[in-house]
Amino acid sequence: MNTEALVIMISSQVVITAFTVYFFYKVFSSPIKKD
Amino acid sequence: MSKQNEQWGSRVGLILAMAGNAVGLGNFLRFPVQALNNGGGAFMIPYLVCFVLMGIPLLWIEWSMGRFGGKFGHHSTPFILDSMDKRRFWKYFGVFGIFTNVAVAAYYCYIESWTMSYVVHSVAGTFDRKPMTWVAGFFNNYLDIFTSTTGIPFEAVIFYLLCLGLNTFILSRGLSGVEKVAKIGMPLLILFGAFLAVRGLTLGTSGASAEYPNASAVDGLNYLWTPQYGKLTDLKVWLSAAGQIFFTLSVGMGTVHCYAAYLKANDDVALNGISAGFTNEFVEVILGGAIVIPIAAGYLGLDWVKENAGFGMAFQTMPFLFEKWGPILSALAGVFWFGLLFFAGITSSLAMGTPLMGFLQDEFSVSRNKSAMAFGLLVLVMGLPTVLLFTKSATGGVSLIAFEEYDYWAGTVSLVVFAMAETILFSWIFGIKKGWAEINTGADLKVHPVFKYIIGYVTPVMLIIVFFGALITPEANDWGAAWQSFTSGGGWPLDNGSVLSMITMTGLNEKLAAATDPATIETLKTAKLYTYIARFLLIGLFAGISWMVFIAYKKRQRAELKTA
Repeated sequence: MNTEALVIMISSQVVITAFTVYFFYKVFSSPIKKD
Repeated sequence: MSKQNEQWGSRVGLILAMAGNAVGLGNFLRFPVQALNNGGGAFMIPYLVCFVLMGIPLLWIEWSMGRFGGKFGHHSTPFILDSMDKRRFWKYFGVFGIFTNVAVAAYYCYIESWTMSYVVHSVAGTFDRKPMTWVAGFFNNYLDIFTSTTGIPFEAVIFYLLCLGLNTFILSRGLSGVEKVAKIGMPLLILFGAFLAVRGLTLGTSGASAEYPNASAVDGLNYLWTPQYGKLTDLKVWLSAAGQIFFTLSVGMGTVHCYAAYLKANDDVALNGISAGFTNEFVEVILGGAIVIPIAAGYLGLDWVKENAGFGMAFQTMPFLFEKWGPILSALAGVFWFGLLFFAGITSSLAMGTPLMGFLQDEFSVSRNKSAMAFGLLVLVMGLPTVLLFTKSATGGVSLIAFEEYDYWAGTVSLVVFAMAETILFSWIFGIKKGWAEINTGADLKVHPVFKYIIGYVTPVMLIIVFFGALITPEANDWGAAWQSFTSGGGWPLDNGSVLSMITMTGLNEKLAAATDPATIETLKTAKLYTYIARFLLIGLFAGISWMVFIAYKKRQRAELKTA
């Protein structure tokens, strides 16, 4: 792949994966609310 | 009015169900084609900007509205919207949140049934060593229900009924059924997608053949991801990105409100909403961008992809390409590909069933089983025309007329109208101050204050632009040329795909006026008749739901008078 395409593809993938993992980490680490 | 006691079993189940609602066939088939046609890698800039300015805000708006309505015992949009403002007309805007789901489910279940059938055919080896034209022709014959290539009469109808029956059965199990499917389906979808994405990313030039000597998956990836920065000044690219974000997140449908209505008053919506949104983006950008285009370019070359990239590739091309991987791997790839499309489909179609069920249970005390049956029957009545009303061209191509009409009016225009209306209601009428408090109630995520202004001003304005962009789309989507024509007194040249032209069937009428061959004229006349039938059914559905909302409103009034 050419460098420009590779940079855009990998940076998009890294940004989206990082945010997804971060938010799921927050979901799992948030305290469970009591009724 | 009855009180429902259903609740989500777990937080992860809810997020996966919401993500499953959003993840659909478009993630794998629409996104890469949109990126390909709108600047390649540069498309990611408007795409991500629209995700932040429109997608995430809309998710938070819909989650908050749903939970707000749920506090008053409302589980469908007519009375969720009604609870947010004194003006009585909002509940009729809320009709869109039931209407859209029934109409879209009518054809969506049909696509879902194709994936079921293609899983069976992949295992049975139907496509073994068959040429590409045969595989493409198989799909057309499949849609022409009167031609059976497999020996099963009316195969498409049988699979459609099976698929609808399965949806109805799961819906009759309530939220726990939906949650179970999401917990099984979403991880499997990601697993299947990851397998195919790895193949797509590592195929290289190994798929080149004597017929396609220049075929290269790398060319496909380069074309998909190389940024054409010049395209960023083109309004069409921004409208396409906004449209893609809008449709991929399944906002403007009423399903998010319905699922969120089953939350408790202090449950989080901010973190749950954004987690579901990013799960959808993960599937779309990382998996969706690495399967269809590189695999097709890897075997057929970039030129073929540029000419043929579209929805049909999923069924007409991919089974042929998988055959290159040998008998075992091709069967496995077929199961994975159509399996992931099936899971993407069923997690969305189940979401489409819940608003009508919630409405019937809330307002008419219909039991869960009976409301699921009512949904199944209504979808069947609306859906059979999508299976039966088709025309066939001289070359064998099949046009599903009712399917296309439903997709345009219910699956595209209604979403934009409803999303625009609900955003105006939430941000400007209910008020951003109260809306912001709703988003932050019970939040496990500190939402940055800038979103208060984005939700209050930017998102509604963007949706108004998207709506008018669809209403008056210029010829060939060329806004620059249309503006020049307008300012020089030449009028605004409307595209045949614009809402205004679609209302008057301009494209079809033009084709009919230009046709000279009697067979073509007959086909076009049939298409026009089927279009009228489909529109009649859609209007009838909307009117019927509106009438039920009116009856429910009158019932509520009588109940309030009694208690007063």
